[in-house]
Amino acid sequence: MRISTFFYCLKQGVKNICRNIWFSLASVATISACIFLFCLFFSIVANVQYMVHNVESTVGITVLFDESLTEDQIKGIGTEIASRPEIRSMKFVSAQEAWDSFKKQYFEGMEELADGFEQDNPLAGSSSYEIYLNDLSEQPQVVEYLQGIEGVRQVNYSNTAAAGLTSVNKMVGLLSLVIIGVLLAVSVFLINNTISVAAAFRKQESQIMRLIGATNFMIRAPFIVEGVMIGMAGAVIPLVAMFFLYTKSVVYLMDRFRILSNMFYFIPVKEIYPIMIVVALVLGVGIGFFGSFFTIRKYLRV
Amino acid sequence: MIEIQNVCKTYENGTRALRNVNIEIEDGEFVFIMGRSGSGKTTLFKLLMKEAELTSGKILVNDMDLQKMPRRYVPKYRRKLGVVFQDFRLLRDRNVFENVAFAQRVVGASTRSIRQSVPEMLKLVGLSSKYKSLPQQLSGGEQQRVAIARALINRPEVLLADEPTGNLDHENAIEIMKLLEQINRLGTTVVVITHSQEIVSKMGKRVIKLEKGQVVSDSRAEEQADS
Repeated sequence: MRISTFFYCLKQGVKNICRNIWFSLASVATISACIFLFCLFFSIVANVQYMVHNVESTVGITVLFDESLTEDQIKGIGTEIASRPEIRSMKFVSAQEAWDSFKKQYFEGMEELADGFEQDNPLAGSSSYEIYLNDLSEQPQVVEYLQGIEGVRQVNYSNTAAAGLTSVNKMVGLLSLVIIGVLLAVSVFLINNTISVAAAFRKQESQIMRLIGATNFMIRAPFIVEGVMIGMAGAVIPLVAMFFLYTKSVVYLMDRFRILSNMFYFIPVKEIYPIMIVVALVLGVGIGFFGSFFTIRKYLRV
Repeated sequence: MIEIQNVCKTYENGTRALRNVNIEIEDGEFVFIMGRSGSGKTTLFKLLMKEAELTSGKILVNDMDLQKMPRRYVPKYRRKLGVVFQDFRLLRDRNVFENVAFAQRVVGASTRSIRQSVPEMLKLVGLSSKYKSLPQQLSGGEQQRVAIARALINRPEVLLADEPTGNLDHENAIEIMKLLEQINRLGTTVVVITHSQEIVSKMGKRVIKLEKGQVVSDSRAEEQADS
C-alpha cells in the first residue's frame, strides 16, 4: 500500500469521525465508561487476589513426627516432601527452636517460670516442618499425602481458612468474567451503531467506490480507521483517569486504615499500570477494529 | 470486445428481465442500447458491471468470462470500465478536482499522478476553470461532464453510460453526446443506454433496441443485411 493511500484512509477515517461528531463522542464516552469500569474492576480483582495470595502465604501446614525419629531421619522425610510441586517453601523447626518460641510467647516477663524446664525440654520430640503451598486450594491432597507418610505423627492445618480463601478467589474471578463479558458486549454494540451510522452516511460514496473498482480493503479502511480511533480514544481517557484515581486511592486507603496496613497489601501503581495500559489498549483497539470490521462487512458487499 | 451470448436473467421474484440476448460490440465502437422502461437495459448494464449475476448464457469482455471471474478480480475488472449515471453520483462535499481525483485515489494512484492527470482530464471535458467548484454550484451538463471525467480518469477500455442525458435539457444533452463522441474518437468503446429517440437519431450511431428483455433490432445487423 502506498503511503499516500494510507494517509488517504486515515484522513477519511478522521473525516468520518468529524461528520458524525456527536455519535463518535457518544461512542468514545461509552467505551471510556466501559473501559474505566473494566480497569476499576481489574484493579480491584488484582488487588483482592494479591491480598488473598499474601494471606495465603501465611497459612501453613505443620507436620509433627514420631518421637522415636532422629533429626536426621526427619530431615530425610523433609527432603522427600520438598520435592512435591505444590510446596512453595518449607521450614524445619527443631524441638529447641519450638521451645524457645513457646517460651517467648507464653513466659515473656516471667522467664523464671520457664527456668524449671531448662534441663528438660517439654517439647522434646516435637521437631516439625512448617509447609507453605503455592496454591491453597491444593491443601487437601497435600495433607492427605503428608498423613500417609510413615513416621508422621500429626498434621496440623486450617481447613476453613483454606476453603474460605479459595472460594473468595474463585468468586472474584467468576464475577470479573461476567462483568467483563457484559462490558465487552455493550462496547461492541455501541461501536456497531456508530459505524452503521457512518456507513449509512457514506453509502453513496461507498457505492461509487465499488463501481469504479475500489477494493474491499479501500472501501472498508476508513471505517476501520474510525473504529480503531474511537476505540483508542475510549481506552486512553480511562487510563489517564485510572492512573490518578489508583494512586490517590492507595494513598488514601493506606492512610485512612493504617491500623489494617498488615492486611491491606496494594499492588504498586508501577506494577499494575503497565498491565492496565496493555489490556485497556488491546480492548479499546480490539473493540474498535472488530466492531467496525464486522459491521462494515455486513453493509458493504462487493 | 464485448460478447453477450444467449444471456437470460430472471430475478428471484420471477421477473424475466432478459431473454436470450445476443450482442457483439467491437473495440472502439459507439453503441446505443435503447428501450422503454422495463425493457432490460439497466439489467444489461448491471450484468456488464458484474453487479448482478446472469441466469444463463455468457458475457465476455475482452475475452474475460464474467461468470467465471473470481470475486477478488471484480474490482480490477471494473477499473477497465468507466461508468456514468443519469443522476451523476458526484460527492457533494468535494469540489470538481477532488471528485475526479477520487476515482484515482481509490484505486491507489500516487498523488503525483493525480496532480498530473486530473487537470488534463478536466481540460478534455472543458471544466478546467471550474476545478474548485462544488457540484451544487454547477449546471446539470457540467455535473455530467465531471462524472464523465471521473469515469475516464483511470483510462478505461469501455465507457458505460446509463441514461447520461436523462436529467439534462436538449442543449446540454447534445453537448454531452458530442463529448462522448469525442472520447470515442480517442479510442474508447462507448456504450450508451438511453430511451431518447431524439438523441439516438441525431447521433447516427449503431442502435440496439430492447423490448421486454429481447433484442428486437440492431441497426448494424440491418445495415449488413441491406448491403
